[in-house]
Amino acid sequence: MPLHLKRLLMLGVLIVLLFLLLKHLLTPVSFGQFGHYRGKAIDEIAAHQVKFVGNKACVSCHDTIVTMKNEGYHSDLSCEGCHGAAYLHVDHPKLEKLFKPDSREFCGKCHSINKARPEKAVTQQNIKDHHPEDKCIKCHNPHQP
Amino acid sequence: MNPEFEHLYQALSKVDGFIYPNEIELSWSVLIVLYPFITGLVAGAFILASLERVFNVKSLKPTYVIALLTAFSFMLVATMPLVFHLGQPFRAWEIMITPHLTSAMAIFGFVYLWYLMVVLLLEIWFDYRVDLVIWSKTATGFKRIVYKALSLGSDDISPKSVKLDDKLGYIVTVIGIPSAFLLHGYVGFIFGSIKANPWWSTVMMPIIFLFSAMVSGIALVMVLFIVINYLRKQKIDMLCLDTIAKYLFYIIIIDFTMESLDQIHRFYEAEESFEIISLLISGHLNFTLLIMQIGVGMMLPLGTLGVLQFYKPAAHIRKAIYFVVGILVLIGIFFMRWNVVIGGQLFSKSFLGFTSFKLSLIGSEGFLMASIWLVVPFFILTFLLWLFPPWKKTPVDH
Repeated sequence: MPLHLKRLLMLGVLIVLLFLLLKHLLTPVSFGQFGHYRGKAIDEIAAHQVKFVGNKACVSCHDTIVTMKNEGYHSDLSCEGCHGAAYLHVDHPKLEKLFKPDSREFCGKCHSINKARPEKAVTQQNIKDHHPEDKCIKCHNPHQP
Repeated sequence: MNPEFEHLYQALSKVDGFIYPNEIELSWSVLIVLYPFITGLVAGAFILASLERVFNVKSLKPTYVIALLTAFSFMLVATMPLVFHLGQPFRAWEIMITPHLTSAMAIFGFVYLWYLMVVLLLEIWFDYRVDLVIWSKTATGFKRIVYKALSLGSDDISPKSVKLDDKLGYIVTVIGIPSAFLLHGYVGFIFGSIKANPWWSTVMMPIIFLFSAMVSGIALVMVLFIVINYLRKQKIDMLCLDTIAKYLFYIIIIDFTMESLDQIHRFYEAEESFEIISLLISGHLNFTLLIMQIGVGMMLPLGTLGVLQFYKPAAHIRKAIYFVVGILVLIGIFFMRWNVVIGGQLFSKSFLGFTSFKLSLIGSEGFLMASIWLVVPFFILTFLLWLFPPWKKTPVDH
């Protein structure tokens, strides 16, 4: 076999060995602990901060409003669905105020006419014609519309 | 407005009809369009090179090395759009060290590596070895060091070992053809195997990708061949250029037939997804599919090349036509990838609504980033042509 082919072969073997060495050294330690993934990934994901706190957290301070909402058409909605994630507000209620949507555009996201949206499930209005000069919340209380 | 909602509202404003929440934003943007486009150029350029080597099309000889170096330059960049799309460059290699047979992407790593290391690098090395030995003795400075290292310290250029190199190079090319088919057929498989998406899920997808890859690769080498000869102020080998154009014409016919068959099949079957797909074609993809992909990128080149098979104007006119046709074909195939990748994400899996997509100029998924990955291979190619000039090679008859 000519010299260059011998060296090429050696180079090939070297690359394969290097690959195996790297595979051995660089595979994360917890890989394969439970399945084909890094075992530690579960703890890392669990350690992420939960940003949506849920309706129960709202009830502890705003029980009248939550009760009002639960008796109306919006009973199925989560408070944070309109007001946004409340994790900061729960910790610092005075400093971190939640979003209070009041625009026609905001209500229109669910209530404007959309043929693909079931009429029975969501009341729909032509928001261009329906009292265009007023805000929706002037007549409709969003917590009990 | 609360900034947390602002983004959502912007996204919702581009939605028509009913759409699931996870379908509003496209997960795969222009970088994922580039990935099959660049991989296709690699496979196509290599197949053109193998036409000369394995199928003995002698008139294509002037493009053989250019085609190989083009394939190599684009191959080096092929994974970069994926890495930049995922945004985890320090974890990108983990796909290689923790492979799993059920993951199509994990297998891609090995298909890619096989093609790059075993096929392309080896074939180029065998083809250049004699020249590397000669150049390592005549060149100076940086070039000399590179040539010396690449010749692996051996200066054996006896007729016996040259003949052996040629034989081994031939074997590598023969292995390379199914490998090139595998490489790009696999890219088609990634889309074709997604059964939840009727725009993608077809067994024809790997074949369509393969032939469109050949079309784009051949067109690219044709354009490069014209440009390189122009820049070097050399008279172009018209027989070679006519032959490339002839093969481009044949492959476009096959590609066009395959793609038409796929669509006819879709139309005839008219499954439940048919209505939304018709709306997709006549609406969101109107410009990119009907005008750019089919009109500008396929019918126009097909017609022009078809006419040139019978009527041959003067050489300089033919050259100009081939150049324009090559560019049009490349644009058309880019839009073919666009229509597959972007088109497949524009309609809801509920078949009741659409989202829309607007390419941003800047950002990690923007036009500029995509342009960078499209331009980088040309710089690599320029560097390779400077380091390993095909026109200074010792003539070898394969």
